[in-house]
Amino acid sequence: MRAQRFMGYAYLAPYLIGLIIFTAIPFLTSLYLSFTSYDLMSSPQWTGLSNYERLFTRDRTFEKSLSVTLLYVFSTVPLKLAFALFIAAILNYKIRFINVFRTAFYVPSILGGSIAIAVLWRYLFSTEGLVNMALAGLGFSAVDWFGDPTNALFTITLLRCWQFGSAMVIFLAALQSIDKSLYEAASIDGAGKVMTFFFVTLPLLTPVIFFNLVMQMVQAFQEFNGPYIITQGGPLKYTYLLPLYIYEEAFKKFNMGYASAIAWVLFAIIMVLTLVAFWSSKKWVYYAGDKRS
Amino acid sequence: MTDISLAKTSARTLDEAAAAKRARMHLISSVVRYALLFGVGFLMLYPLIWLVGASFKTNSEIFSGAGFLPQSPTVEGYVQGWQTSTPYTFGRFFWNSFLIILPKVIGTAISCTMVAYAFARFEFPFKKILFGSVIAVLLLPNVVTRIPQYILFRDLGWLDSFLPLWVPSALAGDAFFVFMLVQFLRSLPTDMEEAARVDGANSLQTLVFIVVPMLGPALVSVCLFQFMWTMNDFLGPLIYISSVDKYPVSLALKLSIDTTEAFEWNRILAMSVLTITPALVVFFAAQRYFIEGISAGGRKG
Repeated sequence: MRAQRFMGYAYLAPYLIGLIIFTAIPFLTSLYLSFTSYDLMSSPQWTGLSNYERLFTRDRTFEKSLSVTLLYVFSTVPLKLAFALFIAAILNYKIRFINVFRTAFYVPSILGGSIAIAVLWRYLFSTEGLVNMALAGLGFSAVDWFGDPTNALFTITLLRCWQFGSAMVIFLAALQSIDKSLYEAASIDGAGKVMTFFFVTLPLLTPVIFFNLVMQMVQAFQEFNGPYIITQGGPLKYTYLLPLYIYEEAFKKFNMGYASAIAWVLFAIIMVLTLVAFWSSKKWVYYAGDKRS
Repeated sequence: MTDISLAKTSARTLDEAAAAKRARMHLISSVVRYALLFGVGFLMLYPLIWLVGASFKTNSEIFSGAGFLPQSPTVEGYVQGWQTSTPYTFGRFFWNSFLIILPKVIGTAISCTMVAYAFARFEFPFKKILFGSVIAVLLLPNVVTRIPQYILFRDLGWLDSFLPLWVPSALAGDAFFVFMLVQFLRSLPTDMEEAARVDGANSLQTLVFIVVPMLGPALVSVCLFQFMWTMNDFLGPLIYISSVDKYPVSLALKLSIDTTEAFEWNRILAMSVLTITPALVVFFAAQRYFIEGISAGGRKG
């Protein structure tokens, strides 16, 4: 039994080393750095709460960046998930060529994170780009996508919604695993399609909705490529999401202490929202008598 | 008598009418469904189709219409884009991407398999807490550890090398893969492994000869996802790689936007097509593994 225990740790070793060196220590170090002033040249100077004080009282950029980030996350995540669920629900009917559709819808998820797609997006929404040409063809006037604050953020939202494929695949797998007899029972009880969806399908999907919600939210809060390549944070910092702000503070201006403080605020927001999701999940996530762990 | 037969006929016609109505509704709803799927699919894929077409257009044609077929196809974009404005060609950048990806994928596969084996097949103290830490790392935003990691790599003298991109992954740093493999391994029966143990195989032999072959498809998913994510990774190289001769394709593409005069769009679009090609090829060759991997990741654990 002793040997067994030792063997367990032997196989676990890479993970433990990585966990300590690349996650645990950096995690605590960044908390420490957030209370210092550190430019990489001289050693960190303890400055107490002054970074946080500056963030919350004097930093207009932070104020804007935070509100834009929240707006981005709270619009992108629900839109993307609703769309993914909608398409998954359609594919769940006896659709012919279901694999072809599923593959086609999944392709953007494969490519979406790449710089090439961000570059393509920048072209698509430029003043003389494809989207405006298409709008002109349909008789609409051209839209100034990158000059207008709301539109600029919306182009990034669209890019991420375009990648609804992985959330959709998860929804579809869950939909297909729903016991068909439940639908028959609902139909015998006289429930229509809409009723069945809201009272049978949706409750059974809550575990995957919860999973997708948390994963997509954590991801959305860390959006970097979109604002960095497509909008460059503009116009007037209306797409200056927090990760971009942290990047520029840390790796352009080398204000490591201040950047760490912003990172910790971002982390705190993500953590609180994740905990709220986990805590509230007891009330709305339904595990069909499944106690397996 | 007549009343009854009359009632019967009317009942039948009512039934038929209802059936016809149902069939019509069914037809309409399936037409709507297919129309929606085709519409959405078209909107999704048209930008990509257009991208490929536009990469063979001249610069003036790119902004002149929304069609994707080039009027006078030219490979000028590819030829000039490949040369870049640096002393290196895109071949060099693809080679760099390959040098980053290969060790990273191998390291990920080996380390994550070992760790998943430990969690799924061994009992040891603090197992619950440690598995909890996998979930915590999975949800931990990288943004909070990035700055100290950078300082650590600087102190180790690893900046401007591929080590910061390789080493954390080779130490099972991508918790998603550990989680995925543990889930998969737990769902597999253990009788083969027990038989091997009875025959005198030690745990390492069991891992290599019994568990790894059974893990096959899941392991392929892990490698494919890691390949894809590394190919697309931008922020990692952006922070750690500073000399152009070590740039992977993602940075090289960004560089070519910054340095291309007045936006020679066809060069940039042509290079964009080339950068997404490996990912697309791998995806179409092995899409089953992607779909299964993603679905497995979403299963409740």
